[in-house]
Amino acid sequence: MELTVLVFLPAVAAALILLLPQKQEGLARWIALAASVAILALSIWMFFDFDKGQTGFQYVVRKEWVDVGSFNLQYFLGADGLSMPLLVLTTALTAASVLVSFSVTMRPRAYYACLMVLSTSVLGVFCALDFMLFFLFWELELFPMFLLIAVWGSGRKEYSATKFVLYTIFGSAFMLVGILVLAFSQGTFDIEQLGQAQIAGTAIPVGWVFLFLFIGFGVKLPIVPLHTWLPDAHSDAPTAVSVMLAGVLLKMGGYGILRMCVTILPGVADDYSVWFAAIGAVSILYGGFITLRQTDLKRLVAYSSVSHMGIVLLGIGALGSTALMGATYQMLAHGVITGLLFGMVGLMYDRTHTREIARLGGLARQMPLLATGMVFAGFGSLGLPALGGFIAEVTVFLGTFERYEWAVLMGIFGVVLSAGYILWTMQRVVFGPVRHEWDSLPDQNHWWEHSVVAGLAALVIVLGVYPALVMDMIGPAINTIMLRVGS
Amino acid sequence: MNGIDVAGPQIAVLGAAGVILLVDALVPQQRRLLPFIALIGLAVSALWTISWVARDDYQTAFGGTLSLDHFSVFFYFLFAGITAMVVLASIDWVNREGRGQGEYYALVLTACSGLMFLSAGRDLITIFIALELSSIPQYVLAGWGKDVRSSEAGLKYLLLGAIASSLLLYGMALLYGVTGTTMLAEIGETIAWSGDANRSVLVVAMTLLIAGFGFKMAVVPFQMWVPDVYQGAPTPVAAYLSVGSKAAAFAVVTRIFFEALGARFLSDDWSNVFAVLAAVTMTVGNVMAIVQTDIKRMLGYSSIAQAGNFLVGLAAISVAGGEFTLGASGVLFFLAAYAFTNLGVFVAVIAISQKIGSDQIRDYAGMWKRSPFLSLGLAFCLVSLTGIPPTAGFWAKLYIFNAGIRADLTWLVVVGVLNSLVSAYYYWGVIRQLFTGASEDSTAIRTSPSIGLSLGVAAAGVFVFGILPMPLISAARDAAAIFAQH
Repeated sequence: MELTVLVFLPAVAAALILLLPQKQEGLARWIALAASVAILALSIWMFFDFDKGQTGFQYVVRKEWVDVGSFNLQYFLGADGLSMPLLVLTTALTAASVLVSFSVTMRPRAYYACLMVLSTSVLGVFCALDFMLFFLFWELELFPMFLLIAVWGSGRKEYSATKFVLYTIFGSAFMLVGILVLAFSQGTFDIEQLGQAQIAGTAIPVGWVFLFLFIGFGVKLPIVPLHTWLPDAHSDAPTAVSVMLAGVLLKMGGYGILRMCVTILPGVADDYSVWFAAIGAVSILYGGFITLRQTDLKRLVAYSSVSHMGIVLLGIGALGSTALMGATYQMLAHGVITGLLFGMVGLMYDRTHTREIARLGGLARQMPLLATGMVFAGFGSLGLPALGGFIAEVTVFLGTFERYEWAVLMGIFGVVLSAGYILWTMQRVVFGPVRHEWDSLPDQNHWWEHSVVAGLAALVIVLGVYPALVMDMIGPAINTIMLRVGS
Repeated sequence: MNGIDVAGPQIAVLGAAGVILLVDALVPQQRRLLPFIALIGLAVSALWTISWVARDDYQTAFGGTLSLDHFSVFFYFLFAGITAMVVLASIDWVNREGRGQGEYYALVLTACSGLMFLSAGRDLITIFIALELSSIPQYVLAGWGKDVRSSEAGLKYLLLGAIASSLLLYGMALLYGVTGTTMLAEIGETIAWSGDANRSVLVVAMTLLIAGFGFKMAVVPFQMWVPDVYQGAPTPVAAYLSVGSKAAAFAVVTRIFFEALGARFLSDDWSNVFAVLAAVTMTVGNVMAIVQTDIKRMLGYSSIAQAGNFLVGLAAISVAGGEFTLGASGVLFFLAAYAFTNLGVFVAVIAISQKIGSDQIRDYAGMWKRSPFLSLGLAFCLVSLTGIPPTAGFWAKLYIFNAGIRADLTWLVVVGVLNSLVSAYYYWGVIRQLFTGASEDSTAIRTSPSIGLSLGVAAAGVFVFGILPMPLISAARDAAAIFAQH
């Protein structure tokens, strides 16, 4: 019941928003804010109410949905230690994305409705336990994302939005084939059951099934070389969408790989693990090098995401409990940190109307608050100790070192690169000589801006100084996966 | 009297057509009532069908030539719904056109009764007459517009339709020659009893039947007329052709092939033919659709591609494990989902084209700012045509591809999935135009109540059945189950 409310409350809010008469369209943002605060509160309550000692799924809802004889589908939701933190991440970033776009005045009803549907879609992905229901939520995100980028974006928005759609459809076609082959061979779409079954006798070899699913999730993560949609989508998307995209949409890919590929087909995952580590390491390095060359602030953060999500894949490749916990933690930490970073970039863009690094500089004088937030987010991103990213990266590297030493060395070099590009960017944007064209611009000055920055920054610190809060929850879920891999 | 009761749903529709002609002739100042009379006739027809469902007394009439069963009931509802939507979508256009209002609605209704008879016929002669009853009004309707292109469309449709009818008649004559009967059930029994003695003649007959119906189903290589006719015919009529006429053709093909030609040694042959036709049809349709710049031509090719998807269900007759009718139920479910979806698309196109006076896809640029409702409705239905959830189109594809996989037609399903990817390209091309770009003219487009209602119903159907497809799936399974007794 809790999960049903959590998932569909934003959708209900979207419907309400669309029903608003034109004269009342100013109410749209308040409805969206109310809904996102409500789901945030609900998810936090569920987080603390969650029984950490218990493995398996909690808050389970299960209903018959589609029964056509040859296959049965269920409305089946549940959360375990892997999905619960991701649900909280999603609600937190939904609230953040509503707040950073509080000043949107262009067609606000459609805008907030899209954001809310997007939130429903991601929340559904993180707790759906029927493979077809999962796929439905996965695809639901497509249309609102397309609109958000194509209508409220900037630059080559049509191109970017279409590219996003085509890449996603390409990936999900593969995923769907994988899902169907898997489910038909086992006679069930139940993810919990599939995660306990010995998969054999599929219509095509299990290696292929794994690959198909992996392509579907890999496009979203993204992995090099399927990542080229990401920088385009990010740089042309409005701020709130960048926050959601980097913060939670990419995590759908990592979550999918962990929940589906690794849990359902652990044997194949073990055979392919060296490829995971290799692709992860290449993504880290390639992403890092490309980031160094970026001149657009948003593209820079986008490419750094490619690099950081490579760390997730590296951790998954190690297939050890420490590394998997690190990978999960990295998803959370990166979600919050990059959400904050995109938020800061967006707030700066709202004022300066440029993302060109060369045109910025010395903003610490004109906008001290924004600059502080920016530097803080940057420190999070480069993995400063006591902030969330550090814990995640260290855990992944420690866990992976035993199995793939070489990959860890590449990864650590990637972290050095990230220190390089972040510090260099900060130097160019925040410090340096003051540019008088920005003199008259206001600093961070609205309550909604303060609350986003403060809230996300607090989360980054909490993740950095009190990792046990989340690790204790992730642990049992990862152990369940490890039992599968070990057997 | 029993026969009239069984044929009640058709008679109600024909009766409404008669009333419309009378009202048009006798009280011409009340012409604006005509579409409502048509809607009332369709509602009476649907109620009559409901009364049969409530009586739960399925029976045949007129010496077994007309069958009231789950299958025909499914199509009675479908055709009444489709025709009602077409009538709603026609109101603006007919009012603007001005002339022949009574005749227009009367022809639409007559065609509807023909479609209903087609889905219920269990006798070759009844089927042929029903086919003509539905086709002749449609030939006239296709040529209804004032411009040359519409006349060309009407003539082209008529000529090719006549050729198709003659092929069909030839095939039916051969079947009669071999089996000595025109009743489908008896044909099936005779063939099962005599074994493959007359196989070569039966194969020729089957080929002719496929060619004849292939024209109506718009299956490659009998599809040449489709883009020209869709482009030239008035848009509401094109909508009617793309949904109603196609659905009826698939209904009757399903019935003939499953009931009369379902013998194993024959079905192995025709399921292969349908599989190949399916692959060719969807590929040709999709590839040709990509290069179109006129939205009606594009929809023509898209409807060809969709026909290829339906054929997968027919090809899947050899499903293992006693699920003989899985493919047939897939066809029915797909037809219903497609009806909602494609009507939604056409209604939006009608509304937009009327205002901007163009069918060019590039003129749809920035439509989002001029009419968010039309744009969202059109985009949602196009998403459904692509087969992306949460829409009815997704379940239709999933269901029919499932049947394909179970019938060991994995290669065909792979072709189908790849084709869906190709189709995403041109469907999203339209969506992209709608939501991006800018038009020179930025005046808002107001939608009339009838257009709003029909688009709303279509989009709601696509959405509701996209979330909860079960009622429609059950209905399709019940309808297809009538073939299971053989």
